[in-house]
Amino acid sequence: MIEFVDVTKSYSVGTHALRGITMQIEDGEFAFLVGPSGSGKSTIIKLITGELKPTSGTVHVNGYSLERIRKREVPYLRRTVGVVFQDFRLIESKTVYDNVAFVMRAVGAKEHQIRERVPYVLELVGLETKSRRHPTELSGGEQQRLAIARALVNNPSTIIADEPTGNLDPARSLEIMNLLQEINKLGTTLLVVTHEMNLVQQFGNRVIAIDEGLVVSDGMEGYRHYEE
Amino acid sequence: MKNNFGYLLKEGIRGIFLHGFMSFAAVCVTVACLLIVGSFSILIYNVNIMVDDLNKTNEILVYVDETLPDAEARSVGTKINTISNVLQAEFVSREDALKSFVEDHQGDEAFSGVDAQDLRHRYVVTLMDNAQMKQTVAELEQIPGVAKINAAYELAEGFTTLQNMLQIVSVAVISVLLVVSLLIISNTVKLAMYDRRDEIAIMKMVGATNAFIRLPFVVEGFTLGMLGAVLAFGAEWLMYDALLANLASIDTLQLFSFVPFKELLLPMIITFTAAGLFVGILGSWTSIRKFMDV
Ligand SMILES: Nc1ncnc2c1ncn2[C@@H]1O[C@H](COP(=O)(O)OP(=O)(O)O)[C@@H](O)[C@H]1O
Ligand SMILES: [Mg+2]
Repeated sequence: MIEFVDVTKSYSVGTHALRGITMQIEDGEFAFLVGPSGSGKSTIIKLITGELKPTSGTVHVNGYSLERIRKREVPYLRRTVGVVFQDFRLIESKTVYDNVAFVMRAVGAKEHQIRERVPYVLELVGLETKSRRHPTELSGGEQQRLAIARALVNNPSTIIADEPTGNLDPARSLEIMNLLQEINKLGTTLLVVTHEMNLVQQFGNRVIAIDEGLVVSDGMEGYRHYEE
Repeated sequence: MKNNFGYLLKEGIRGIFLHGFMSFAAVCVTVACLLIVGSFSILIYNVNIMVDDLNKTNEILVYVDETLPDAEARSVGTKINTISNVLQAEFVSREDALKSFVEDHQGDEAFSGVDAQDLRHRYVVTLMDNAQMKQTVAELEQIPGVAKINAAYELAEGFTTLQNMLQIVSVAVISVLLVVSLLIISNTVKLAMYDRRDEIAIMKMVGATNAFIRLPFVVEGFTLGMLGAVLAFGAEWLMYDALLANLASIDTLQLFSFVPFKELLLPMIITFTAAGLFVGILGSWTSIRKFMDV
């Protein structure tokens, strides 16, 4: 569960990225987070992953209180939250398989677990035939699928995607969104940041709209408010 | 854990080959530095042994006033022993002194007429600390019945000064060189970390602990340091043996008594291992700290 209560975040004097965000995302939910550029979407994600601390207010993520989390607890919080970025952030020198296996090793998984789990998630994202390729040999859509497989492989309860379709054409974007919906149906909580409203409209999910660091609407009809 | 250990080891070794030239340079500099460090350690070790040997034979002769009766002459020894720096005071009667004197100059007609009464009773005094010889001699002079003292304290002081200077110079040289090898290993590891900054970022993102992220780099630094230590140890051994062989042919008088390397094996292994570990692990640990805090 993700819960923000009256959260503000100022980067320095004068830049108030968040000005009092209150929202709650239940386990198993699928929510879009929309808003214009500079409205504070990425700041919200960095607060969830413990990369930043709130200036005031409380942030709870999967049982951790982010406003007072200890440095050495942060890795364990992050194991509960898989992250996907617009720019994929893959390791080009590693194969598709090793890009995924690598993050299992990073949290101390055993080799037999890796051999079992990696093919499963690669099949889930539709990359089972490309496991020996390198990221540069994949299309943009395939690279993002790989990034999703990597976010998924350590079995986090939550996946957060920051503009996952920002670099993709509309057809690939729709495929990625469908994949994220599928993953949500398997039980993972999903928070997807985007500013592509036409894409959001094709799904009947909850939409949290923010603008200038404040929630301006939240609900199944939220995007309409945002469009005005 | 077995799997993880293998992984960490593999990643650490991989880093070394990723920067083959830099690693090679780091090992070379470490070998050079540790060689000099080792040489200075050996030099100090040998000089200490030589000085100790010389000090052991550096005795003070305390002559007793010849007008004192024999019984009183012997009581001077009790007073000598009350001086705290005196290790031992051995009484040598004038008869014994003559005997050894004659033995030393056997067949020499010039000394055949010497009579025991011409000599004085004496004490052969050895000290605990020869560096304090001057003060001790002054105390000995205060004892009633002491006629004359023969002490080579210039020699003793000279050795002590030499020993102290050598120790100061060695500590300075050793420290500087350890820092030099520390820095180069640290830089090599930093380069390896810079090269894998993307991997490190992803590891942090998915919740790898800092210790886990660091370990391959510590393995890398450790391997570089130990490689340098092992090579330097071998080179030191060969060089030292060659030096001893050369010295033996030149120094026919046996003026210098260098300890064979085999006797130094344990202290040298400890020195090189400690230096290698220190340089390798600290070198990588410090560079990682800087990198991870960014
Ligand atoms: N590291 C930073 N330092 C200072 N200001 C920042 C920093 N990151 C973001 N901001 C500012 O905070 C506001 C929100 O940024 P961000 O959360 O990235 O918005 P979004 O992801 O919705 O585009 C913007 O005004 C941005 O300029
Ligand atoms: Mg953003």
